[in-house]
Amino acid sequence: MTSFRYSVSIMPRAGILDPQGRAVEAAMPHLGAMSVHDVRVGRRVELSVDAEQEQEARMVVERLASDFLANPLVEDWHIQPAEASA
Amino acid sequence: MKIGVAVFPGSNCDRDTLHAVSLAGAEAVALWHEEPDIHGADAVILPGGFAHGDYLRAGAIARFSPIMGAVREHVARGGLVLGICNGFQVLTEAGLLPGVLQRNRSLRFEHGWVRVSVERSDTPFTRSVPPGVRLRLPIAHGEGAYFLPEADLDALEEAGQVVFRYAAPEGNPNGSVRDIAGVIDAGGRVCGLMPHPERASERLLGSDDGMMLLRSLATSLASLEAQPA
Repeated sequence: MTSFRYSVSIMPRAGILDPQGRAVEAAMPHLGAMSVHDVRVGRRVELSVDAEQEQEARMVVERLASDFLANPLVEDWHIQPAEASA
Repeated sequence: MKIGVAVFPGSNCDRDTLHAVSLAGAEAVALWHEEPDIHGADAVILPGGFAHGDYLRAGAIARFSPIMGAVREHVARGGLVLGICNGFQVLTEAGLLPGVLQRNRSLRFEHGWVRVSVERSDTPFTRSVPPGVRLRLPIAHGEGAYFLPEADLDALEEAGQVVFRYAAPEGNPNGSVRDIAGVIDAGGRVCGLMPHPERASERLLGSDDGMMLLRSLATSLASLEAQPA
């Protein structure tokens, strides 16, 4: 059994209003950053899955991402392998 | 006639809802979320609050509470379920109602009185509301902006599933598409709304308009009971 670690990035879907991103963007000029635009705010979930094979672990994460971690109506997600922590 | 009110860790309107249900003439029973049983309740209300801390997304974790299995079975048997505020969020996350409740467009926690038009008075939740009446109800939520993709919205409207809409003078408080404040499922048995009828259950509170909804529910159950088995 191996432990596989992943990071799942969950972002508001393109075209879906992201009021949080908009508010963060609106605050940036206060730091003199006038050239920043298209700010989107999402979240990241990191998790480890015990499995014999990477493929098996990946399937678990894919199911969790689409059925739970993200709401497919308004969010997209992206799964990436992550460095296992000690 | 028994109405169960689910209690999740983080629910904070359960007591008010139990009280308002009693005022409506029904027996009110609290249902702890860890029990996979609605204890013979004829209808279930999922109350307002912050079930499971609203972590991840409002309602996302509550949908896995054991009580929700019993609620699904109740729905499958044709039972009535009402979700108020956080309860509405739980019902959408559980897939029992269409759509999703997103962060308010203002990014603020919005609270105060709103006016709500009742689009349908032929549901078990609105039958005691006289036609044309606009309810005065309080809201208190951070994630109340109803969203559904445009094409699905048209289908929802066509099917008559939009039951409550924010109306003048206060208008839409949170950026909900098409001013939607509450919807019903295709079968007409599961309903959710963001405003709080239980907080408008006595005139002392500023309005008792919410009682029209809770009385509708109680009346619907009474007429079910009156039917021969």
